[in-house]
Amino acid sequence: MAPLVPDLIGNELNYVIAIFIGIAFGFILEQAGFSTSKKLVGLFYGYDFTVLRVFFTAGVVAMLGVIILGHFGMLDLSLIYINPTFLWSAIVGGLIMGLGFIIGGFCPGTSVCAAAIGKIDAMLFILGSLLGVYVFAEGYPIWEGLYKGANWGGVRMFETLGVSQALFAFALTTVAVGAFWAVRFVENKVNKITGYKVSNQKVYLGLSAFALLFGLATFALPEKREAVMKNADKADVSAGIAGMEMTADELAYRLLDQDARVFIYDLRTKKEFDYLSLPNSTNISVQSLFEKDTRKQLLVKNRINVFMADDDVLAGKAVYVAKELGYTGLRYLTGGFNGFNRNILQYKTPALAATGVLTDSLRFRQTASAQLPELIREYKAKHAGSAKKASKRVLGGC
Amino acid sequence: MNKTPYMNPYLAGFFLGLTLLATIYITGRGLGASGAVKSTVVAAVQTTMPEHAQNTHFYKEYSAEHPEPPLKNWLVFEVIGVIIGAFISGLISNRLKFTLEHAPKTKAKVRIAGAIIGGFLFSFGAQLGRGCTSGAALSGMAVLSTGGIITMMAIFGGAYAFAWFFRKIWRWEE
Repeated sequence: MAPLVPDLIGNELNYVIAIFIGIAFGFILEQAGFSTSKKLVGLFYGYDFTVLRVFFTAGVVAMLGVIILGHFGMLDLSLIYINPTFLWSAIVGGLIMGLGFIIGGFCPGTSVCAAAIGKIDAMLFILGSLLGVYVFAEGYPIWEGLYKGANWGGVRMFETLGVSQALFAFALTTVAVGAFWAVRFVENKVNKITGYKVSNQKVYLGLSAFALLFGLATFALPEKREAVMKNADKADVSAGIAGMEMTADELAYRLLDQDARVFIYDLRTKKEFDYLSLPNSTNISVQSLFEKDTRKQLLVKNRINVFMADDDVLAGKAVYVAKELGYTGLRYLTGGFNGFNRNILQYKTPALAATGVLTDSLRFRQTASAQLPELIREYKAKHAGSAKKASKRVLGGC
Repeated sequence: MNKTPYMNPYLAGFFLGLTLLATIYITGRGLGASGAVKSTVVAAVQTTMPEHAQNTHFYKEYSAEHPEPPLKNWLVFEVIGVIIGAFISGLISNRLKFTLEHAPKTKAKVRIAGAIIGGFLFSFGAQLGRGCTSGAALSGMAVLSTGGIITMMAIFGGAYAFAWFFRKIWRWEE
């Protein structure tokens, strides 16, 4: 599951990859004509809309790609960098950038491209850029308030607007395709071209239809998370998880037996987990089943993955979601941790049984209640201080 | 030798989109450019004026957020790649040439001043907006970041709003 950094690709190798990605980026920008301010500024005077065509096509392709990869669980969206929103600095900064764009004729990326092929104006633009950062740094206390104000965090546009991701993606695709057709008329008007026949009209019509279809397809691709969670919330998931039960006795037996295959997913709160947890267990939420860290655990071969919550309901839901996501070796603890605690850990010999002969099951519980707390203490002592290494969201941005 | 024509913009956009998608898939982050400029300035100040860097709020905050040396930064490596990639592209398309490009009626010193001031403003704005056209606008759009899309609209909206005032320096036709 992506992103591949930092697990599959180390942080050092990532710098090498950065160079190769940069080469592709620079090559494409230059090939598209972004190395001349004549072409870039054309966007704002209506004589050349290349920038809009390249930019919008790239944005839509990458956006649809991210949605599709996210849907098929190939990309963990909770780990990728979402540019944080600081409302006022985004607006004011953007407007200043717009002014710089129209005066300087470049933006930072394109100025680097143009400088690489010998444009002296681009090299001067870069010189100005260095000064810009320097002044920003020196006067930082003056605009720090604006810079850090109205922090909305890593919100996404469709959330801000309160619509579904699919609707927003489709709307954006439609706007892009509409703009591609509209700008041609503007371009021809500004350049005083009349009676211009579009070459390859059919190809472009086909491509537009294709792009819109793709945009529309996002409706059929709700985030997998949403679809599965919706089913899991239905009253009856029991049919889907029949045969996956594990009783408290079985779990206790396996733990006492030090069965190394048993791995417990504890769905209780972190506070409860920290207070008392079983050996070989990790504290998760149902949501985290869609994320990279839990996935890594669930993919370990030959494991018995036991889901455990306070009661059956949440554990059943988690095991259902895990099954829907295609994992195997799944079980869930019936009676929940509460039952386990009552029947095993805090086992009290029933008054009735004390007088007579203990059944095998009761005798086992009596043994377990004596030995398990000791096992828990040992495990805790051994693993104390070894904090869990969790994947963190990638830090990106400029 | 004649210059090779530019690539079809939709095809270039498609490739650029795939590059961005691959970047997100591999690294979990998007493309960028202005961040490398920032790293360069921080490195320069730290080297030439170490005391100043240690006593100034901005550089202190930067060092706290970036424990690695400023030039050991993903975007610095990426921009080195951009230079290489653009150079290769210029080479194969016969576009390598030292030239100060400006519209025929625009004086060279006007273009020089415009380039420096424009670069200054753009990069100042990019600090405030946490990214430029690549880092905030394009990469932000790919992950549907609210801030990225707002910045994108502000950049292009701003440029359109101010375009009228600078129309005289960009007259290529006639």
